[in-house]
Amino acid sequence: MSIWIDIGALGDLPLRGSRCVNTPVGKIGVFRTADDRVFAIRNECPHKGGPLTEGIVHGHSVTCPLHNWVISLETGAAQGADEGAVETIPVRVEGDRVLLLRAAVDARAAA
Amino acid sequence: MTERLVIIGNGMAPGRMLEHLFEQAPGRFDVTIFNAEPRVNYDRIMLSPVLSGEKAYDDIVIHNEGWYAAHGIALHRGHRVTHIDRDARTVTSDAGVTAPYDRLVIATGSNPFMIPVPGRDLPGVLAYRDAGDVEKMLAATRKGGRAVVIGGGLLGLEAAAGLKLRGMEVTVLHVMPTLMERQLDPAAGYLLEKELKRRGIHVATCANTKAILGEDRVRAVELADGTLIPASLVVMAVGIRPNVQIAKDAGLEVARGIVTTDGMQTSDPAIFALGECAEVMGQVYGLVAPLYEQARVLAAHLAGDTAPRFVHQDTPTKLKVTGIDLYSLGDFAEGDDREEIVLRDASAGVYKRIVLKDNRIIGTVLYGEAADGAWFNDLKKKATDVSGMRDTLIFGQAFQAGQGGASADPLAAVAALSDDAEICGCNGVCKGRITGAIQAKGLTDLDGVRAHTKASASCGTCTGLVEKLLKLELGDTYNPAAVQPMCPCTTHGHDEVRRLIRAKGLKTIPAVMQELEWTTSCGCAKCRPALNYYLVCDWPDEYADDYQSRFVNERVHANIQKDGTYSVVPRMWGGMTSSSELRAIADVVDKFDIPAVKVTGGQRIDMLGIRKEDLPAVWADLGKAGFVSGQAYAKGLRTVKTCVGSTWCRFGTQDSTGFGIRLEKFMWGSWTPAKLKLAVSGCPRNCAEATCKDIGVICVDSGYEIHFAGAAGLDIKGTEVLGRATTEDEALEIVVALAQMYREQGRYLERIYKWAKRIGVPEIKRQIMEDLPRRRAFYDRFVFSQKFAQVDPWSERVSGKDKHEFRPMASVGYAEAAE
Repeated sequence: MSIWIDIGALGDLPLRGSRCVNTPVGKIGVFRTADDRVFAIRNECPHKGGPLTEGIVHGHSVTCPLHNWVISLETGAAQGADEGAVETIPVRVEGDRVLLLRAAVDARAAA
Repeated sequence: MTERLVIIGNGMAPGRMLEHLFEQAPGRFDVTIFNAEPRVNYDRIMLSPVLSGEKAYDDIVIHNEGWYAAHGIALHRGHRVTHIDRDARTVTSDAGVTAPYDRLVIATGSNPFMIPVPGRDLPGVLAYRDAGDVEKMLAATRKGGRAVVIGGGLLGLEAAAGLKLRGMEVTVLHVMPTLMERQLDPAAGYLLEKELKRRGIHVATCANTKAILGEDRVRAVELADGTLIPASLVVMAVGIRPNVQIAKDAGLEVARGIVTTDGMQTSDPAIFALGECAEVMGQVYGLVAPLYEQARVLAAHLAGDTAPRFVHQDTPTKLKVTGIDLYSLGDFAEGDDREEIVLRDASAGVYKRIVLKDNRIIGTVLYGEAADGAWFNDLKKKATDVSGMRDTLIFGQAFQAGQGGASADPLAAVAALSDDAEICGCNGVCKGRITGAIQAKGLTDLDGVRAHTKASASCGTCTGLVEKLLKLELGDTYNPAAVQPMCPCTTHGHDEVRRLIRAKGLKTIPAVMQELEWTTSCGCAKCRPALNYYLVCDWPDEYADDYQSRFVNERVHANIQKDGTYSVVPRMWGGMTSSSELRAIADVVDKFDIPAVKVTGGQRIDMLGIRKEDLPAVWADLGKAGFVSGQAYAKGLRTVKTCVGSTWCRFGTQDSTGFGIRLEKFMWGSWTPAKLKLAVSGCPRNCAEATCKDIGVICVDSGYEIHFAGAAGLDIKGTEVLGRATTEDEALEIVVALAQMYREQGRYLERIYKWAKRIGVPEIKRQIMEDLPRRRAFYDRFVFSQKFAQVDPWSERVSGKDKHEFRPMASVGYAEAAE
């Protein structure tokens, strides 16, 4: 079994946008930035658990829709004065497919 | 006892004089102003940016209506004074108003000089003097075509550049061999001419106008050599003449201007002259700095302090054409007793010349790089011996070891200026006064410095210097933006961004970011929604809404809740509903297992706790029952709350329910800077609580009272009364026009009551209740915009729009987990 899981086509992911992926270990947000990079982080703001996929994507950051925390997509860390971080998930683009690291989304593999 | 002070004229000089006077002798005078122009006091220096589109008229108003009211000034707008009776001490206007005075100030300014050629009275021939002229020019630019500007001086060139930016084909005719010959030497004049030609402006020097041709309006300009230049607009900017007629008629001593002492007193001790109409010690003035100095002197005299005297100073000249740096000061003619230092950098388009006499600067011309103007001016004023730095003088202050330090740090250069170095030429404010005010008053921003010292409050070219002073005084705590920037991605404030979007015709978010030099690649969560709104508002038919720049609620057309679920509020027009609507809601609640249902404050029903994936299906069912989105999530029109009005209520005076529904059906779907909530009450008992809404209507027997700018949230504030309407149609037009004015002028997320506080209620009344053509234009623009805005977002999404938004991209890992 490949160590990567295919979650869909790059074209399903809007530019400066995001989609949510359901997994047994919780929701993962997959983001595509204006410069066409793809990132994945756990879809829970370190502040109050807000769904980060619903936020506005700008630069390599996303702003949480609940209380405007700005989260770095590269490191998962809260920016500015806020403190906290969300787990980043290894993601890669192969051709036009987007892949997540299986170990990060598979309950059994993660265990 | 208060004395009666009458002022003829309402320009910048008397305006400034009054500011000083109210500060020095508050309550001493009852002030009456007669103004031949139908306007308040505005910044005449900034007419060129208005013409070019970089500013709007409203931006250049110095004193708004509220200021006159606050100081109890009787302002007679559009009144020309026709007679001064010096024996009875009264003045009389052409409208028949007579006012007695103890002291009289004549501040009639100047008249544009119209060269006496045939055809100068034809329609289409304008002067360039006041906001009225600019309005006429702007009207002409909308038709396009060719313009001829007669006069290659400061005003003529600013007019030419503005008309060119507005898309006209422009020719400048100048009678002398080089442009701006009074301020520039031939070399700088040449560079300027080259730059204007590069911008596509035709320049003809040594051009003598013989006649202006045309039958019922201007068609062409004929030169002495027989050349014909076609033109649909001719702007004459060849000079000004002091406007002295009223003083002459009254028998005051008049030469070129109204003759005054250095205390601004005319030959009648009760009468003073001020501004461009005055001739002080044999000189008349046309630039703002000496006029403001006159204002300061006169205010002191009126307040009883006769010590200040007007003293002549050379005033630097700057051209206000964006992208052309030009500075000229003092005497720069050649002479045997003079030496000059010249620097030319042809590829950079830089020319600098300093004229010295006895090792002291007496004149300067800078073209292409004018930042050192203030420093040269300072050296000239103080008659500093420059022999020790002659070799590097021309390179400017940053190069002077021991003067500005050897570093090229611009802050160090400003730090090195002495306390009496002049920073703001227009208002004669020196460095020490600015730094003193920053310390004494605890100022933290540019607006504060402007308010307390006037520095940078007129033409604005010294803004950079003032900011550096703030930076020096406050260190890193100073936020260097001229106005509060929209967000950290830009130095521009909201108003500037809105103005530039219109002036430059920017129609996409990337275009705005490129042209206004955003510092980030794609903005942030603060600026993107604001820009998206501004573009939707300004280009309703052309702009493609940027979905990724909307806050989640406006993207998915529901309200996000703390647990990531959504709430849904369908529209109930005017708060009216029916059994079938309620039944449909009940069915939806059951079918989707919606955990909470609540009646809102806006007279409708909120269903809470809906999963995002279910939204399109919920909307589909609601849509079948005739519901559309209530836009309860939008920075846009929310609800129109009503009472039952004359249909049911024994006190109701009008059909408030019907009118509320009509307003809601007319205005739904419109985006506004912040949420907009309306209410219509059927009588003054006000059961719909209209007097704390953004816009409220109170029905009375005789018609409709229109209220606005209420608040009942973070702030509590009763509404202001905008005015009355006698018919429902009129009331609708007023409400809609007001909403459009707010849409066009409000800053993103600024509620209507905050906007009204910023603009001033009297100004809003003037534009909506007094200026009927303007009200109609606001109304028409709203109606046009609605053609594109009134699309139900729910039914669009039921039909499949933004499908991906409501589905997860994938569900993975489960199969393996189940193994």
